[in-house]
Amino acid sequence: MVKRGIEKIYLGLIMIFLYAPILTLMVFSFNNSKSRAKWGGFTLKWYKNMLHDPEISKSLYYTLLIALLASIIATIIGTLAAIGIHVMKKKTKTVVLNATYLPVLNADIVTGIAFMLFFVAIGLKLGFASMLIAHITFNIPYVILNILPKLSSLNKFTYEAALDLGAHPMQAIWKVIIPEIMPNIITGFLLAFTLSLDDFVISYFTTGGGVTNLSITVYTMTRRGIKPEINAVSTVLFLSILILLLIINKRSERNVKKMGGANI
Amino acid sequence: MKKIVLLLTSLMLVLTGCAKNVETDPNKPLAGTTIYVYNWGDYIAEDTIERFTKETGIKVVYEPFDSNEAMYAKYKSGAVNYDVLIPSDYMIQKLISENELLPLNFDNIPNAKYIDSSFKNLQYDPENAYSVPYMWGTLGILYNKEKVKEEVDSWDILWDSKYKGQIIMMDSVRDSFAVAFKRLGYSLNTTDKAQVDEAFATLVEQGPLVQAYVMDQVKDKMIGEEAALAVIYAGDAIYCMEQNENLAYAVPKEGTNFFVDAMVIPKTSKNKAGAEAFINFMNDPEIALNNTEYIGYSTPHAEAKAMLDEEVRNNPSAYPSKDIIDKCEVFIDLGQEMTAYYNDKWNELKASLR
Repeated sequence: MVKRGIEKIYLGLIMIFLYAPILTLMVFSFNNSKSRAKWGGFTLKWYKNMLHDPEISKSLYYTLLIALLASIIATIIGTLAAIGIHVMKKKTKTVVLNATYLPVLNADIVTGIAFMLFFVAIGLKLGFASMLIAHITFNIPYVILNILPKLSSLNKFTYEAALDLGAHPMQAIWKVIIPEIMPNIITGFLLAFTLSLDDFVISYFTTGGGVTNLSITVYTMTRRGIKPEINAVSTVLFLSILILLLIINKRSERNVKKMGGANI
Repeated sequence: MKKIVLLLTSLMLVLTGCAKNVETDPNKPLAGTTIYVYNWGDYIAEDTIERFTKETGIKVVYEPFDSNEAMYAKYKSGAVNYDVLIPSDYMIQKLISENELLPLNFDNIPNAKYIDSSFKNLQYDPENAYSVPYMWGTLGILYNKEKVKEEVDSWDILWDSKYKGQIIMMDSVRDSFAVAFKRLGYSLNTTDKAQVDEAFATLVEQGPLVQAYVMDQVKDKMIGEEAALAVIYAGDAIYCMEQNENLAYAVPKEGTNFFVDAMVIPKTSKNKAGAEAFINFMNDPEIALNNTEYIGYSTPHAEAKAMLDEEVRNNPSAYPSKDIIDKCEVFIDLGQEMTAYYNDKWNELKASLR
């Protein structure tokens, strides 16, 4: 009984630490005063202003576009790579896996500066394309690492059975393997999307030509104080992602039920 | 797959904007050209760029940065050929010493004549050849009138044990040392190690009185009345005073640091005439006024200052008297050895307080 109580308090504390800051931000997005310390009454003006602020709306546009493109492309490349790595021989697999882990462990600042120097060296002008390439690249390992564990837990005979029943390898992958690992592809995609959404360091060093994402805009505001419009944008972003996650969770729950719960 | 590739390429083409309007208006000789401007985030009135393009036909690619150092790293990589940079004093000095800036042709920047003479020929650009000042501000003391009843006019108050645990210092080597140097009557750019040691000793002595060494949080702490006194830059102080009327700002009589952010043209510029047109436009009295009112920092532009509200113009915390300004200094680059020495002493101070 006491143990249950402690467990509940512990869980509650974790929830508070995780969500209290975000909640504060949401509350202050309705604050009439510009301060982050004083409540000046309720207002919706920051939501109205954010739509009219050219800097914020431009960076929101690039943020979403880059995050969407980068995570879709990274998910495609990452999924194929994961399937490839899965069937490799042990030695090659270890080498390739370590090469995959490395960018994850590498500090963002190193990755960012390396990208910048590389793009300059090959003569690619910094801007939308360079930032997109950088985002795709740092997203790929996360997708791979999300899918590999699922692949190793798959029953390898299902793939062979598909071949025995007349499917050619592409069909077997498309109709048997992909649906099996779909939940992990989706989590990989979401992870890639969120990573891309809030990346600052790598974006900062790989962009140019007036292309800025939201984190760059926020970060460069720190000298003069963050505009309250940012609270409003963040609230909208947070709620959109929350809703997206809820929908996906609901869907996969339904899928699990449909398959008789055998696919957990 | 092919479709996706096609989609992406067409998308990129649209985004990079391949259409280029070439106008041939004789009043807009530079119409159709582009300049790359690199400035602090949120450091220009929202409509300025639009108005510049409308007036000159020059397209502006505008990028923000968050610190002089980040700007320097990006610039030095050569990744983007910037035409106008707006860094701070010591960074301009560094860029000049590295031969990175182009001398300005002031025939193309007639509006530079409006710049107050106090802001010309400063240490970072002694010949006034490379830069046109944009904004400036002092380092001073923000205090809560409810908690501090006496007059605040000297750095000494930050060493008064009466305010133990109520003082906020800046988490920055140069700024904190500047306070100590000015209190002792030294230059804040001193390269005399004995003076640095002396300043260090006074900062150690002050340590137990200090509530925290912070950067940006100082604003919320002061607005929330968590402390009585804070070392802060004037721009931030003005913001705090708008939020909490119990707060007041003072520039100590011993003098202080003042920073100047100025417009320069780096040697990577491919459109120097366009860059000069931009700098000239920024010094148009009405535009300068508009930017000053948006940002809230002090302007070096005499005409813009004259057009400000009387309340702002005569506010000594935004525009201190001439004799205080004369005791103020800009930061200049100390060179590698002294920078390391300052940093060592700063780390020693932070360690001694743990």
